[in-house]
Amino acid sequence: MAKAGQFFSSGHTNNWAVLVCTSRFWFNYRHVANTLSVYRSVKRLGIPDSHIVLMLADDMACNHRNPKPATVFSHKNMELNVYGDDVEVDYRGYEVTVENFLRVLTGRLPPSTPRSKRLLSDDRSNILIYLTGHGGNGFLKFQDSEEISNVELADAFEQMWTKRRYNELLFIIDTCQGASMYERFYSPNIMALASSQVGEDSLSHQPDLAIGVHLMDRYTFYLLEFLEDIHPSSTTNMKDLFKVCPKSQCVSTPGHRTDLFLRDPGSVLITDFFGSVRKVEITTDTINLTAPMVHLEDTRPVRELRTEIQTYMDQLPVAEIIHQKPKQKDWHPPDGFILGLWTLILLVFFKTYGIKHLKHIF
Amino acid sequence: MGLLSDPNRRRALTNLLTRLNAPICVVCYLAGVMWFMGLAFEPFTLRTYMSENAMGSTMVEEHFPAGERALATGREFAAHKKKVGGMPVNWLVKTMESRGLEVFTQSFTRKLPFPDENKERYLVRGTNVYGILRAPRASRTEALVLTAPCSQGNANNQAVGLLLGLAQYFRSQVYWAKDIIFLVNEHDLIGMQAWLEGYHHTNTTGGDWSPLHGRGGSIQASLSLELSSDVITSLDLVLEGLNGQLPNLDLANLFHAFCQKIGVLCTIQGKLQRNDWESTSGYSHSAQTMMLMVLKQASGRPWGDHGLFLRYHIEAATIRGINSFRQYKTDTTTIGRLLEGMYRKLNNLLERLHQSYFFYLMPSLTRFVSIGYYMPAFGLLAVILLLRALDLWVQLGASAPGTEDGLAEREQDPRFLPLLNKLVISHMTGVALYCLPVMSQEMAVQHFPVSETEAVVLTAIAIYTAGLALPHNTHRLLQGEGTEHGWRVLKLVALLYLAVLLGCTALINFSLGFILALSLVPIAAFITPPLSAAIMVLLSPGCTLLYCVLIFQELQETPVSLQDGWMLFLSVISQGILDHSLYGSLVYPLLALLIYPCWLLLWNILFWK
Repeated sequence: MAKAGQFFSSGHTNNWAVLVCTSRFWFNYRHVANTLSVYRSVKRLGIPDSHIVLMLADDMACNHRNPKPATVFSHKNMELNVYGDDVEVDYRGYEVTVENFLRVLTGRLPPSTPRSKRLLSDDRSNILIYLTGHGGNGFLKFQDSEEISNVELADAFEQMWTKRRYNELLFIIDTCQGASMYERFYSPNIMALASSQVGEDSLSHQPDLAIGVHLMDRYTFYLLEFLEDIHPSSTTNMKDLFKVCPKSQCVSTPGHRTDLFLRDPGSVLITDFFGSVRKVEITTDTINLTAPMVHLEDTRPVRELRTEIQTYMDQLPVAEIIHQKPKQKDWHPPDGFILGLWTLILLVFFKTYGIKHLKHIF
Repeated sequence: MGLLSDPNRRRALTNLLTRLNAPICVVCYLAGVMWFMGLAFEPFTLRTYMSENAMGSTMVEEHFPAGERALATGREFAAHKKKVGGMPVNWLVKTMESRGLEVFTQSFTRKLPFPDENKERYLVRGTNVYGILRAPRASRTEALVLTAPCSQGNANNQAVGLLLGLAQYFRSQVYWAKDIIFLVNEHDLIGMQAWLEGYHHTNTTGGDWSPLHGRGGSIQASLSLELSSDVITSLDLVLEGLNGQLPNLDLANLFHAFCQKIGVLCTIQGKLQRNDWESTSGYSHSAQTMMLMVLKQASGRPWGDHGLFLRYHIEAATIRGINSFRQYKTDTTTIGRLLEGMYRKLNNLLERLHQSYFFYLMPSLTRFVSIGYYMPAFGLLAVILLLRALDLWVQLGASAPGTEDGLAEREQDPRFLPLLNKLVISHMTGVALYCLPVMSQEMAVQHFPVSETEAVVLTAIAIYTAGLALPHNTHRLLQGEGTEHGWRVLKLVALLYLAVLLGCTALINFSLGFILALSLVPIAAFITPPLSAAIMVLLSPGCTLLYCVLIFQELQETPVSLQDGWMLFLSVISQGILDHSLYGSLVYPLLALLIYPCWLLLWNILFWK
């Protein structure tokens, strides 16, 4: 029975993934390939399609310009087709909008929405959210016509927290200036990774000379390489994920944020978010289930966890979390200068108009 | 009081204006000319860059293999062309069908206003043949065009061969998102005009053509190929189109990008790029290239088969293969690869090319000046006209209060009446210059032993010269002339008229406006009755055209003597008239109906008594 405590040490019982590609057009092939690579890894590690919400803003596999129709490649020389033959896209084309994305996250969908388009998570779900596309300082561009800001995203996550829609959240974003998107988070139990800091651009990896486009972005390429080595029972933890794609490979500096996360990242397994792992232990002892369960709340560490979960974090100042480039302070002239200037003006005034006007002032 | 309403200040301003007017005008003119010449200086230009995201930085590997087979097809085409004595329609239809295209033909007839030296007959009959490669998976909403002309003799056979070779290669690919139309047009521009009019269901120039049965959607871009040799040493890009319109700069950038990638020597205006912009000869090389572009643009004729596409907002350019005496030759397979790469890039377009500049000048293939940089040169010249007009206005205003009230009333009307007469007479001469040459060619041929073309041109020159004698003739008919200030009013009106004309022309065709301004602005600004008539004639529009022809030949490195220059000048006039009636070029009507009457008004001032 004491081992029962181990079963729930991570606190989650099911896994969800929301994978979003926000850009369309043929030359943004790499964003679709990014999302499909993460989809492939997540599916391979055990999360079923019913628990994945895949949003692709454009159809690259069937694009007229694709010389290899029905494929989306992630490696040069077409080594890896991430489109596969069992892809299930939930939101496609013009359905990928900011409104739909936020509705999926918060659960405020019309009753007619089918199950496959809903994020049916509960307070024991670990959710992986992956966004990719074109972004800037504080926003992410959807479909070349609208944007989602970091404040909106933070508020959506807060709504999810208030409605107990997640246990822990892993947020990965691969866009230019991606770190700006997680600056504003203030809900607990969120860990965030981004491919570049504010002021930096995320770069694409390699072009394919037969297809004629860049196939992947660097960060996701190395992320995929990293994930290919993970199998359902591996014990790699988040600290290794933070090391993916150092500056020498990525050119931009990937960033991460763990202050809102309550567990130590070193104790968080990759498969806690990327896979769907059920802990099963075969036992030959019989367990007497007729006796009433004794609440072990006083001794179980989970209790402490729960009360801690209920306290809200103060919104930390951004500069402490993210090492931004120092803002350019406006140059002010020294104070003495302003005083001297006014003295000069007054002197000139009195010289021109004579001292007799002084009596008008005093 | 305000600056202009206070009479003291106003008088001070106007005094300043009158005193400094002539020096400022001279300074502005010199500044305008120097600004224009400075445009070719490399630090003042910008490097070209690809503006369209969809045609971005990634290149594909081109795999076109069949250069030799294309040449063999070209030779077959040449043989059939010689056998038929024109366009081998049946052979072309059969060949295109065997390559898997949907083939259609269009026959057209065109009545020329007068037979020019190329055609030598009034009626031109021909057939265009075109094949459409349907995009395998896309809907038929957009198209790209590749054309090669069916020329007489041995010209452009290899172009048609390469076109058919590319058609076969493109047909076997699955990545086309737009239909590709392969067009072989007969009689160059006449056939192209008929095809474009048929495609877009417009008939602006009065040709007669059969309707097109096959269509490919709206055309996004087009390339015209001219290749007359099996191997080439360089590829020349021709951009200037009808009425001086230019395609989007991105098309030139695309061409240059591929030339660099494939390693073919590329030129513009037939001139190679040089690296030594600091030296005088380097600068003069860029200046020559830019002057060639300016002269070609000013002529308003399409300098390649692509020139007619621009009117329909289709970005088009002509690629011409040149075989000179260099050692390093490029074969047809490489040219095919270059075209394949360009078409794959154009295939990626999602909307028409619009991100880059539409108005620019190119001192070399990698450098350009945009409209924001070259327009001040014209502005400086136009400002001279306005300054002189202001000066005249002030003078007229100053002299009017001098007369007594009683006389002033009577002076108003007669002051403008001779003006109106001269305006009407000048414009009627302009109309005569526009209409009579073509209309009276029959009569001229009966009376004089000249061909129709010569008759037209010589009639035009005759009317032009007759206009010079008008002031003497009309003086006898009209009375009540010769007020001391009458000519000032005429000059004021002529200055404003010229300013408006040149301004509007420069907006549409900067080169034409600038060249006309160069010669007309000095005379308009400084003309007074006792000025020498010879200078006026030397700077008239007709003589400007002659100088331009001579300079053009000089820049092309084929300088001509005055005799040959004169013959060339006559053929330029006939081409101008022909272009206007065949394709709607606006240079001839502009010169005849608007610029020439304006110049006649100024000429009238000379003989004011």
